[in-house]
Amino acid sequence: MVAVVGVGYSGFNSTTPDLSWKEIMYEAALRAYTDAGVNPRRDVDSFITCAEDIYEGFAIFDEFVPDQLGAVVKPTCTVCGDFIYGVATAYMHIKSGLADIAVVEAHSKASDIHALGNVIKFAMDPVWLRNVGNAHPYYLAALEMFQYMSERCLAEEDVAGVVVKNKNNALLNPSAPYAANVSLDDVMASPKLFDPMKKLEIAPIADGCVVFVLASDEIARELTDSPVWVKGVGWWSETYGYDTASFSAMYAYKAAKMAYRMAGIANPAKEVDFAEVDDRFAFKELQHIEALQLADKFDVARLMAEGYFDRDGALPVNVSGGSLGVGNLLECTGGQKALEVVLQLRGEAGKRQLDDVNVGVAQAWRYLPTHSGAVAVFGV
Amino acid sequence: MEVERISGLKFHKKQDVAIVGAGMTTWKRRLNETGRELSYLAVKQALEEAGLTLDDIEMVVMGSAPDTFDGLHLKGEYLLDGSGGSDRPYMRVFVGGGTGVFAPIAGYWHVASGLADVCLVVCEEKMSSSYPHPQSAFKYIWDPILDRPLNPNLIWIFALEMRRYMHVHNIKHEDIALVSVKNKANALDHPCAQVAEKITVEDVLNSEPMALPVRRLDVSPPSDGAAALIMVAPHIARQLTDNPVWVTGVGWALDTTWWTNRDLYFPRYVAEAAKMAYRMAHVTDPRKEIDVAEPYDPFDYKELHHMEGLGLAKKGEAPILTREGVTQRDGDLPTCPSGGLLGVGNPIAATMGVKACEIYWQLAYRAGKRQVAKEVTTGVCQAWGDLMQVGTVMVMSNKR
Repeated sequence: MVAVVGVGYSGFNSTTPDLSWKEIMYEAALRAYTDAGVNPRRDVDSFITCAEDIYEGFAIFDEFVPDQLGAVVKPTCTVCGDFIYGVATAYMHIKSGLADIAVVEAHSKASDIHALGNVIKFAMDPVWLRNVGNAHPYYLAALEMFQYMSERCLAEEDVAGVVVKNKNNALLNPSAPYAANVSLDDVMASPKLFDPMKKLEIAPIADGCVVFVLASDEIARELTDSPVWVKGVGWWSETYGYDTASFSAMYAYKAAKMAYRMAGIANPAKEVDFAEVDDRFAFKELQHIEALQLADKFDVARLMAEGYFDRDGALPVNVSGGSLGVGNLLECTGGQKALEVVLQLRGEAGKRQLDDVNVGVAQAWRYLPTHSGAVAVFGV
Repeated sequence: MEVERISGLKFHKKQDVAIVGAGMTTWKRRLNETGRELSYLAVKQALEEAGLTLDDIEMVVMGSAPDTFDGLHLKGEYLLDGSGGSDRPYMRVFVGGGTGVFAPIAGYWHVASGLADVCLVVCEEKMSSSYPHPQSAFKYIWDPILDRPLNPNLIWIFALEMRRYMHVHNIKHEDIALVSVKNKANALDHPCAQVAEKITVEDVLNSEPMALPVRRLDVSPPSDGAAALIMVAPHIARQLTDNPVWVTGVGWALDTTWWTNRDLYFPRYVAEAAKMAYRMAHVTDPRKEIDVAEPYDPFDYKELHHMEGLGLAKKGEAPILTREGVTQRDGDLPTCPSGGLLGVGNPIAATMGVKACEIYWQLAYRAGKRQVAKEVTTGVCQAWGDLMQVGTVMVMSNKR
């Protein structure tokens, strides 16, 4: 058993001109260590940071990790992936006896990026994909959205409903810079940037940092009376090529299967109390709800319209406001999701607290142009 | 809240970890192949050696150094299909140049934690696509405010380190050059070698100066290549081979970003990483218990430096051991019997091929012409990277 014994975060803001990325890391780390009651120089055995070089603008980002985490001359490493990949790595460190206490960190300083579209372009295959159409890479998501809508017989209002729900949920979240009291008409009236994708259906970028302290059960029980257990982790990659991908969020389905198996969850739709899924494009939320087996294939949009996934619904999804409300945090997206799940399970989610929740799922996708993702199941 | 910590980890792993197969490509400037194709070639070899097919692989770990070499963002995803990672849990780990030994360490925890029974570790690097030279990618590894305006490059800072090391221990360049002579000669027996040759100490001392005291023959060349390693749980290893090689200890440590504020004469990050790995492997006297070593040798002084960090020699003693021939292939402590990076080449992360893979081959008695003369049971490999900052150490043994 592995538990989350401390969480800390900094942000989330649309831009952070006053702090460097090192400072937001320090702020979040300090809060997490205080929350867990550990001293990183003495107690922590392993530090994991989740980052990608080119998002950071360095050739070897790993060099700039240890100082602000209190990790100098300690086992510290970088995982090129989302925060939930880091949680999975920490889980393995603790399970394999390499660490009793492990720290996971991920951050975003997306406001420093001049042209995110071009950065994403650099992730595409230079020969086959990078120069296709010479357009902004979001068109790939729009194509996938079109396919998803036609396969599931969705109307544009079905996808727009996700934005309404999440941006309104975010109004109760003090760290959600993109909260808004929008109606369905507002979303429908927003311009189509990438037909059929509208402007409001794309999560804008945000800055922030999340740090988790994880511990083995023995240590966790010493540190806290209310640990949140990591019941299962899963991660999965389908393929890299756009010509070989299935465009059905297979990465989320398989990663969730792995995590559910570890957590002993046989019927997710019944056993999961609430979920935080990746919604950096609004249609992705529907796709991911389906992939996480929280609802049947052709029921997702209907249930969404009926309020099944609302804050007061039977299975709340993205109570925090999701990425549409908080912003696209790059590799920290899963951090924001996992943070919300842990806060809800601890009963520390303030105004957006759900009652009587015991099992929550956090899921993240590695964003365009990948078909990889990770899932973590937390419980009390 | 103050908690009394139990001093020292208990290293209670879920299951032991064995290595059953390895593979590597020839290292050279490979303009014809993409990184994916290189990964494929290495993985194919490793699978053949282990007697497995790709369907048997449960999880894949990728190690690859800076994305800037390829001009690709999310390089791990790019290498996904070629390395066999598609339709599997796949993760890329990264600690700069230390990735060559860190990736197998990551493979270790995938298996030791019980999440996977069969894990494939792939390391790939293609430096030739970096134009005009990989050093131009290293422009972007410095602190943008304090270091970058000085326009340093790696040769430049390692010259500082080498000078400091020579100064503290009063070492002559002739002694350091012996390492280059030894490794390039060892590499003559390596089928994948890029710059194997018979040279003398004079050749090294008379080669073209790059940033004194560093000269051309003190340095390993940039290369393209890939390597792969297969790690399995004991019950799988039993079915595949009678003499698997066990991973008995792993350790890694990352020192502060501010390399300017450290005394560079001793690699304390390697010492810390080694301490962790030795504690886990129950090695108390490395000089006596380690039979074969593969310290990281991108520069010839670095091998000596790292031997001291690994506790294979006392501080300042490594050059003396080298001079006495102890580190030769037929010596008492064979070091870099593969030919190391100086002889075989230096594709940053793919150096796993001459570090972790080589120790596996030596301990499995599969190293062919490179097999060391003495009987071996325990070996250690180590890599180093970032800004003279990260040490990654792995101890293996052919006795469980």
